[in-house]
Amino acid sequence: MSYYFTILSSTDVPLFNIAFGTSKGGGDGIARFRFPDTAQYMNQFIIHSSLDIVEEAQWMNGNLYLKHIDTYPPASAYISAFLAPSGARFLLLHQPPQLPSTSSTGSGSSSILGASFSASALGGGSSSRASSSSIGANPTSPQTEEAVRQFMNEVYENYVKTVMSPFYRQGMEIKSPVFRSRVTAAGRKWL
Amino acid sequence: MAHPARHSAMVSVSNSAANHSNASDKQQPPQQIQHIANTGLRVPSNRKTIYDRHLNRSRNAESSRASFAFLFAEMVIYAQRRVTGIQDLEKRLNEQGYPLGLRLLDLLYYRTITSSTSSSISSSSTSAAPPNRPLRILPLLHLIHGPLWRLLFNRPADALEHSVSPDTPNEYMITDNDPLVNTYISVPKEMSMLNCAAFVAGIIEGVCDGCGFEAKVTAHNQPTEMWPGRTIFLVRFGESVMEREKVLERAGIK
Repeated sequence: MSYYFTILSSTDVPLFNIAFGTSKGGGDGIARFRFPDTAQYMNQFIIHSSLDIVEEAQWMNGNLYLKHIDTYPPASAYISAFLAPSGARFLLLHQPPQLPSTSSTGSGSSSILGASFSASALGGGSSSRASSSSIGANPTSPQTEEAVRQFMNEVYENYVKTVMSPFYRQGMEIKSPVFRSRVTAAGRKWL
Repeated sequence: MAHPARHSAMVSVSNSAANHSNASDKQQPPQQIQHIANTGLRVPSNRKTIYDRHLNRSRNAESSRASFAFLFAEMVIYAQRRVTGIQDLEKRLNEQGYPLGLRLLDLLYYRTITSSTSSSISSSSTSAAPPNRPLRILPLLHLIHGPLWRLLFNRPADALEHSVSPDTPNEYMITDNDPLVNTYISVPKEMSMLNCAAFVAGIIEGVCDGCGFEAKVTAHNQPTEMWPGRTIFLVRFGESVMEREKVLERAGIK
């Protein structure tokens, strides 16, 4: 499972972003996206395109954690959202690992098949390194939702600490290396 | 953060490292990036940053009223420099309060989430264990009237009213009989219109804006015989908020 996490201000300015891989099930915490050449900008593109859905969902239910809200099948990217009360958006893109059996042509339908296959055959992919952990394979399972929720809550705690600093103004990029290491630690702990 | 190896396959990892290190760092060998990142941040001698402090630790602590009065007096003096009139002064006080409102909102929710026992913060409006973001105007005003006021002044506000005039359905009023911020302020006669609770109005405006309710908040004197310092905070919601309110009402969202 590979993750791309980003914090957007209420005016859609990116405040923070980080890419990481799973550390569960023997994962080494390094992101391996399906299309490494384009991942760098495609991930941002996919995440930002889910903002419309976030803005629609945010007035339908009052929870801070909006759960899994959007899927981009061609890259089999799943997006979960968390809304800080003051309007910042935490978005997490998660991409289950590609199984070696699926062709790498990457058309939409085969990716979806790959995802559902990996969910049913837990632990089947022998060669895939970071796959088939308890939360890894199926991005919409309740366990994954719970893990993402815990991750978001921990990031939120650190975000509040950042915001409370008198030297931080709303909408400023978060540059603190301590914050980054805290988010990495949260990712290692929950995802 | 800065990984020693930078393979071409690990685009995203090297990307995140490059994002965080600045241009001059990039010319350094990778193992020095980490070094610079560690030393570039000034940490107190006990190595504890703000991220090591627990946000709930000071939760029941109160700051001294004397030091607050002193600080607030300084803020008013600061805002009074080079202002053209009372409105300008109130606008400046409002702007000082606004960022505070945005922060308090995040802190308030964090504390409500983490308090396992039902505390003084959770009131009738936010009785459920995981608090909800306010979607409609009334829950938002209850949030301000109850939990926010309790966080700031340790008591709820005194009244919450809706404008009776049919021309201004977007106006709400929050009343405080004796605002703490005005306790030690006596306004000169020629500035009798001034109400330094404009600072609190700014906080309210920040909270409304943070929740996605565009609003203008102003503080007005409205003394009664019993409460000479009675202040009314007039909350005027924007057109977009009223439109959304109608849509949400039709959708049956509370």
